[in-house]
Amino acid sequence: MVTSIIILSIIGLVSATLLYVISRKFHVEEDSRIDEIESILPGANCGGCGFAGCRNFAEQCVKATSLDNLLCPVGGNAVMQKIAPILGMQAVEQAPRIAVVRCNGSCENRPQTSHYEGAHSCAVVAALYSGESNCNYGCLGEGDCAAACDFGGITMDPITRLPYVDPNICIACGSCVKACPRNIIELRKRQEPRVFVACNNRDKGIIARKVCSIACIGCGKCAKSCPNGAITITDNLAYIDDSLCLSCQACVAGCPTHAIHVVNESAKENISINEKESAIC
Amino acid sequence: MLKTFRIGGIHPNEHKLTAHCPVTPVAIPKQVSIMLNQHIGAPANCIVKKGDTVKVGTLIAEASGFVSANIHSPVSGTVSKVDKTANAFGLYATTIVIDTEGDEWEETIDRSPELKEEITLSPQEIIQKIAQAGIVGLGGATFPTHVKLTPPKEFKPTVLIVNATECEPYLTDDHALMLESPDQILVGCRILMKAIGVEQTYIGIENNKPDAIALLEQHAARYLGITIVPLRTRYPQGGEKQLIDAILHKQVANGALPVSTGAIVQNVGTAFAVYEAIQKNKPLVDRVVTVTGDHIAKPGNYRVRLGMSMRELIDIAGGLPQDCAKVILGGPMMGKAVSNLDSPIGKGCSGILILDEEHAHRGAINPCIRCGKCVEACPMGLEPFLLAKLSENHLYDRAEKELITSCLECGCCAYSCPSNRPILDFIRIGKNAVNRIIRSRKQS
Amino acid sequence: MELTVSPAPHIHGRLSASQCMYSVIIALLPAFAVSLYFFGVGALIVTLTSILSCIVAEYLIQKYLLKVKPTVGDGSAILTGLLLGFNLPSNLPIWIVIIGSVVAIGIAKMAFGGLGNNLFNPALVGRVFLLISFPTYMTQWPLPAVSRWSYTDAETGATLLSKLKEEGSQWVSQVNISDLWIGNQGGSLGEVGAIALLIGFAFLLYRRIISWHIPVSILATVFVFSFALGLGEELSASQTTGAWQHAFDFALIQLLSGGLLLGAIYMATDYVTSPMTSKGMIVYGIGIGILTVVIRQWGGYPEGVSFAILIMNAFTPLINNYIKPKRFGRA
Repeated sequence: MVTSIIILSIIGLVSATLLYVISRKFHVEEDSRIDEIESILPGANCGGCGFAGCRNFAEQCVKATSLDNLLCPVGGNAVMQKIAPILGMQAVEQAPRIAVVRCNGSCENRPQTSHYEGAHSCAVVAALYSGESNCNYGCLGEGDCAAACDFGGITMDPITRLPYVDPNICIACGSCVKACPRNIIELRKRQEPRVFVACNNRDKGIIARKVCSIACIGCGKCAKSCPNGAITITDNLAYIDDSLCLSCQACVAGCPTHAIHVVNESAKENISINEKESAIC
Repeated sequence: MLKTFRIGGIHPNEHKLTAHCPVTPVAIPKQVSIMLNQHIGAPANCIVKKGDTVKVGTLIAEASGFVSANIHSPVSGTVSKVDKTANAFGLYATTIVIDTEGDEWEETIDRSPELKEEITLSPQEIIQKIAQAGIVGLGGATFPTHVKLTPPKEFKPTVLIVNATECEPYLTDDHALMLESPDQILVGCRILMKAIGVEQTYIGIENNKPDAIALLEQHAARYLGITIVPLRTRYPQGGEKQLIDAILHKQVANGALPVSTGAIVQNVGTAFAVYEAIQKNKPLVDRVVTVTGDHIAKPGNYRVRLGMSMRELIDIAGGLPQDCAKVILGGPMMGKAVSNLDSPIGKGCSGILILDEEHAHRGAINPCIRCGKCVEACPMGLEPFLLAKLSENHLYDRAEKELITSCLECGCCAYSCPSNRPILDFIRIGKNAVNRIIRSRKQS
Repeated sequence: MELTVSPAPHIHGRLSASQCMYSVIIALLPAFAVSLYFFGVGALIVTLTSILSCIVAEYLIQKYLLKVKPTVGDGSAILTGLLLGFNLPSNLPIWIVIIGSVVAIGIAKMAFGGLGNNLFNPALVGRVFLLISFPTYMTQWPLPAVSRWSYTDAETGATLLSKLKEEGSQWVSQVNISDLWIGNQGGSLGEVGAIALLIGFAFLLYRRIISWHIPVSILATVFVFSFALGLGEELSASQTTGAWQHAFDFALIQLLSGGLLLGAIYMATDYVTSPMTSKGMIVYGIGIGILTVVIRQWGGYPEGVSFAILIMNAFTPLINNYIKPKRFGRA
């Protein structure tokens, strides 16, 4: 009994000394500001800043000479304003952004022509064929974006089978943008109202219209009506530059296929997704 | 003991419903659509425009690089449009549409049935002519044949292997071709041997085709250096690496080209096309297509002009059965399910398989019970369950270490999974992602 | 018409996970018949209780605790129950059997995430839990073919292995080996009939449900190891005459007695808890074989198969990680 107590105590003592010596000998001197910044960061480790986790972002902040290109999308400007004084730098106010789905191919707009059966992943479908509709550019509806969102900000609408971005949750980390095999999701400025082309089809108008009734056909009417030159047409697809858009909505009425959407969060009068109840595909 | 490959493999139910159907020519379609990207590599460049008149065998699209292939008109008539149309998978691609008038062939093409055995061209001329004729691997891979016949300088081919295994269930187009034209195939082999400078050819045939083995053995006696090798029926024996392993007992090292073993593998259908191109001046304008399925009225092996619509050919074979639920281009293991039947038959279309409602659907997915059946079945000695999991979770570094890039996509893993897991679906995605990562790493 | 599109392959090998489970259950039926013959009504009661309580436990946990769709139809709970029953003495009271089933399903299987995620063989966890918790109940073995119509009041006796442990290997010469083949010995109710268990093994091999690697490597290791021990003992006692015969008998008794055949063929080969590659399976099997003999020979318990399998279960992830299949193109 006594011997075992003594032996155990000795083992414990030796291990403790060993651990102490090792931790001293291999101690790495680190900039204390890294810990300080990390404690301010939200700790979501989402990678939305472009770095591998919050710790890595903190290290990059300490290394950087200016905070202009660094932004924690989760904490936003508030967090950046707290980080700036630690480093003795200025944080530039950056416009908040939100993920925008540039496709409105619900079942009634874009008829289903086949039935997909296989792993539920947009990447799998995209590698296989055009998807359940004939559109080569539209949403595949298997929800890779929703799965990629660490915050639960994207849900797949069971009726339209399109992703819905919850504006109260989305912090524009960009995970969904990377996850979408068809590059449908884009990060845009949170304007009031938000005007964008809800289509990604780069085929000629005649084909685009054939596969989807609300496709952008690249007619260019919107570009002509824009007072600020924010709209360009490339590859038969109109694109509204959010840094130039004045949200005047001059382009909206003229669009022959209603491909341009206006989302007004504060007024809750969204002329867009789920305008009409559509049948389940 | 018959030869076969040494790792993994499965033996699915063969379902060779059309094994005894002779090759039947079908009527020339009224209109053909020719896609410019019906081979691996760069799409061909269209050299005709709306209103041009063409004959059978007129060059209508030119190879746009070394890894690309010429395309010839399969009918005579007028080009009615050059525009984007949807292919079998609903993807839009540039297509030449030709309205048929009569059946007028280019004068240089020898249409007589006589066998021409004497090979007069030099190896370089042969390869050049194969390139001109637009021949690609007709087993379904559609890799341009002239590229495969010009291996990198550091490799010296020592043997030609002809793939006549037809290991996919249901398909019988190679089988029917062998029974119809054994001599043409053997002369085609002699031409390929001369082109790559080898003295020995092995034709690998699975022993579920005893009539083809016997017939080719009987005819091969007249040709120097051609040996018929009966193989134990096993899928995926027709995989290039598996076939080399089965016949030569040599395994292509991981990451190396198959030619590093000294073997160049060609499909038996390709050998036949080479014969026609070299001896008869006939470019690739038609091929044998198996139309099969449990409920189709007239399954068979049809000689079809390329560019004919799939729906038209299915109608000739008795039309779509009432309970048709899935149409597959190629065999059931590696073929691709189509969504658009109004698309043309391309160079790589070895068969059209029609599955009924009962067989078209996958079983319910259950949790992985780690039974190891996929590991046992994998012909590359990989761990499919692990690769699928790594891909699903985007762990591409680890997937690369576990050799995801050597996956053949043969489907043995998903076939043998008792839990119906979509193993291969995820491996494919992971393999593509890892290949992209490797390419970008090489570039930087 | 809407066509179905899915990635290749478009055909499936028709073997399903539940078919695998039911095949193992079928393979165990001959052994069950043997145990009914030798242990009578007790065997029936214990086995049925065990199966039923496993099914009920899985159903209740899935339905009310995890709130998922119950999957008792897949046969895995039935198999766990059957194997647990086979590992218990036929005079075990019903309430102990139920506790064992709940531990097997609730702790060893569901707590780890259900089918496919458990680290340890559920039936063995249940058995070992009972063995440690209720050692008296779990080490009283009814005599074979004596009291077929009595249950908890059956006449009991020691198993062969415990006699062997107590009285030393000299006892070997008194064993009637043909009794071991047919199952006329004391022990857990399903482990006794060697021939019946081997018939099931042949069936499983024929149906390609399991491969030979694990059972054969376990049995071969135990045989070779025991043979060497038996021979060493005789030679050290300088009894050269008949040493080979004695060692052979000793090794054969080790093979046919206790839970070795049941464990090697039906428990160690559990898909979820055994390695995935054939090389890994052999390493795993050799490990189980060595541990079994070591526990039997030098450990505190007369029988060590369950412990050996559970210990090697813990090594399975490590084996899977380090022992890779033979890759194509890598000599």
